[in-house]
Amino acid sequence: MAKIAVDPVTRIEGHLRIEAQVDGGQITEAWSSCTMWRGIETILEGRDPRDAWYFTQRICGVCTTVHALASVRAVENALDITPPLNAQLIRNLITLSQFVQDHVVHFYHLHALDWVDIVSALDADPAATAALASSISDYPKSSPGHFGAVRAKLQGFVEAGQLGPFSNGYWGHEAYKLPPEANLMAVSHYLDALEFQRDYIRIHAMLGGKNPHLQTYLVGGMAIPIDLNSQDAINADMLSRMRVLLQKGLDFVRQAYIPDVLAVAPFYLDWAAIGGGLGNFMAFGDFPMGGANPSIAPDDLYLPRGIILGKDLSTVHPLDPLKIDEYVTHSWYEYEGGDTAPLAPFEGETKPNYTGPQPPYDFLDTDGKYSWLKSPRYDGHAVEVGPLARMLVAYGSGHEKVVAVVNSVLGTLGVGPEVLFSTLGRTAARAVETLVLAERSLEVLDELVANIASGDTAVHEGSKWEPSSWPATAKGFGMHEAPRGGLSHWITIKDEKIDHYQIVVPSTWNGGPRDGNGVGGAYEAALVGTPIADEERPLEILRTIHSFDPCMACAAHVIDKDGKPVVEVTVT
Amino acid sequence: MGVGTVARVEALPDRLARAGIERRTFLKYCGTLAAVLALPDTYARNIAQALQSVKKPSVVWLEFQDCAGNTESFLRTRNPGVADLVLDILSIDYHETIMAAAGHQAEAAKAAALAEGGHFVVVEGSIPRNDSGVYCTIAGKTAWQHLEEAAEGAVAVIAVGSCSSFGGLPAASPNPTGAVSAANIVSGVPVINLPGCPANADNITATLVHFLTFGGLPALDGEGRPLFAYGQRIHDSCERRAHFDAGQFVAKWGDEGHRNGWCLYKMGCKGPATFHNCPAIRWNEGTSWPIGAGHGCNGCSEPGFWDTMSPFYERLPKVSGFGVESSADTIGWWLTGGTAAAFAAHGVAKSVQRRVTHQPPGPASGTLESGPDEQASEKGGV
Repeated sequence: MAKIAVDPVTRIEGHLRIEAQVDGGQITEAWSSCTMWRGIETILEGRDPRDAWYFTQRICGVCTTVHALASVRAVENALDITPPLNAQLIRNLITLSQFVQDHVVHFYHLHALDWVDIVSALDADPAATAALASSISDYPKSSPGHFGAVRAKLQGFVEAGQLGPFSNGYWGHEAYKLPPEANLMAVSHYLDALEFQRDYIRIHAMLGGKNPHLQTYLVGGMAIPIDLNSQDAINADMLSRMRVLLQKGLDFVRQAYIPDVLAVAPFYLDWAAIGGGLGNFMAFGDFPMGGANPSIAPDDLYLPRGIILGKDLSTVHPLDPLKIDEYVTHSWYEYEGGDTAPLAPFEGETKPNYTGPQPPYDFLDTDGKYSWLKSPRYDGHAVEVGPLARMLVAYGSGHEKVVAVVNSVLGTLGVGPEVLFSTLGRTAARAVETLVLAERSLEVLDELVANIASGDTAVHEGSKWEPSSWPATAKGFGMHEAPRGGLSHWITIKDEKIDHYQIVVPSTWNGGPRDGNGVGGAYEAALVGTPIADEERPLEILRTIHSFDPCMACAAHVIDKDGKPVVEVTVT
Repeated sequence: MGVGTVARVEALPDRLARAGIERRTFLKYCGTLAAVLALPDTYARNIAQALQSVKKPSVVWLEFQDCAGNTESFLRTRNPGVADLVLDILSIDYHETIMAAAGHQAEAAKAAALAEGGHFVVVEGSIPRNDSGVYCTIAGKTAWQHLEEAAEGAVAVIAVGSCSSFGGLPAASPNPTGAVSAANIVSGVPVINLPGCPANADNITATLVHFLTFGGLPALDGEGRPLFAYGQRIHDSCERRAHFDAGQFVAKWGDEGHRNGWCLYKMGCKGPATFHNCPAIRWNEGTSWPIGAGHGCNGCSEPGFWDTMSPFYERLPKVSGFGVESSADTIGWWLTGGTAAAFAAHGVAKSVQRRVTHQPPGPASGTLESGPDEQASEKGGV
């Protein structure tokens, strides 16, 4: 029996530490700790609510745009502003392309090395690799010559003796199961995906000026104008360049991402029974199909909203955002009324209270407080959020496209939907979602073109732009499905300024510590039962944790440094 | 296969050849870098020579109170491509977001790189100092401890993004964690600031290449920023400047002026107070930039911009940190004439502004190789 710590957990965004009790080659208990905090919500207090999106977007540069969007939705909800349809469509396009880019980067650059042994690729036969690649996909770079060049590049890299980012990987670990040819194919696509993500995301520069951290969000709409007769606005030229990029994205997902997942999965089917975790799933839903604020119009969303409890796909429960609350029992914060009961976001209070060991330290005190994350709960339930939650809620809701793609993937692998509740299921769900949303992105572009063609060029609803037009107090929330799961921002505005701001983040739902009832979050639950072949090289922990795609900069936050009560007004 | 056990001998031409990078592509890349560095075309040759004569420089990339936005930006680097830069031109020996190793194996890879010395330290994110630095720990040690360790024996510390350059968002009022810049921690090693939110990939790459090509730091301004990237006001090289001079302003989002690319000054653009080469090199392979897309500049490469440039939609004279009281009617005179002289030597102007607004200090002058005046003449020599 041994307690181990993985810190830093790499190939994620931010600072995550996992401690685990290993007994008989299996994890019996696990603790998830975020080890960084900035206090962004405290910084927001007293500022102009129209600036909030620009501040909150900096919560994360990997999930860029997501906090900007949730923020403008929160302010629009508070002030009862409905952005023009064009603005909603542009926001959808930005978000959809973010999903495609972010999921591709996650699979190839953050997750793949958990399954792919780079060193083994040196033993691959280029001709056999080409045969393998051609058998699963019509991806163009699949010739023996190409794979020979990739192998030579890798050979040279290793022989030069500077392994750089590949130094000290778990190469040769017994949990790596892929044949050399599959490893070489994956290395080739790892390199291609590096170039792909850079080129594809230029769509964000077109619509947002730059990526990361786009700069065209506005409370009430978007700052990128539409004018078919101007060279300084969305015009036919930009629309056609966007179409080319979106199509390239769909091609890459169809020709590389999906086939690669289907090729790798059969070697790791044991991981379809590992890492299941909580069995409760929550999706806020997203991609409004009209102009309404998705926070308050859940029936108008392309991906549906709902809750699944106890792995029961037959019932998708309705979701009430006001049933969300957060514990700090094991978090480095303190509540004025005691740390055992949770508080809802609008009533939130938080004061940092670090009680951990003084650095440098070997282990945290996991019986006490041990993370900068809080423990959010829905109606008392610990729930998982993210691609798997979204796909399960859509699947359970009978979403036609999602049902078709999920069934096709399950059929190809010869397995039933029960395997989705696993580490492998999480990774497969992300791929399924990427395909569904890459296809959706071209449909949304068509809708934008059609709406512009109908003569609508509005991008901003400006009647409440001036703070003098606002009520003395207002509060609202903005909900968004970020690539890593359901995200909500909660704002209270008083006398034209931010009085109170809170953010409940996907990686907080998944990566938070135990709550007041001793119930852990999704990471902690999913790690229990995970096999560990070598305690010194816990590759298996990385597999399950990476299947969630953690984002810790997003997850760590604080509500209100003074813990003062917020004003009482009706949610609009 | 552990790092440091194999001699580092291979030169770039062999690596490039084996990597299948054509020489023409490589030279084009060097030309791009020369352009970013504002050097004559002939310098592409010097850059190529420098890159070919060295082994891959070791880069230890540290992430502290960050959002990984600068990492993402770095991964958007252009020709010859991010894969070649990350794998063949640089040796990224430690970088939490991309490295294969985790836990103590990751820390061991870093220790090996540091033991060898002569490395570059790239810092992303601010460093918290309140409560002994408990607000950011990695492998049980504080960011503060990690940075002090890594800087020892380094060739230079490159602060990428506004958080590591100036404290950035975590240091915005009321700075709950006591966040500071890399230069506030490091001593005895030159610190280069590449602010921006995030830093532009072209400027990160160009800074590394400048060092490899010329064997020293690029000339820096009073805020520790390379003149090649931060030597000009956005307002002076903005594609919309003619509209400013003609008095054509956007007055409302989506109005005729907005649709036709008029000046965004009245919508809160901070271009007149911001030094950065965004208008020249743009973003994402030269695709666009914020003003080009229709939103004003928020001044993200200036120290303390979170406090001094906000509220972001207020016109410049009303912005608290700017230190100039003026009505909108006189702004035209003020921007075109009144501040031109001051900004011509903005190293001085900025330090005055800093005193006025009580911002945390930027890099201590002792961390730079030379003062602003010498640096300016260095640039003239190039």
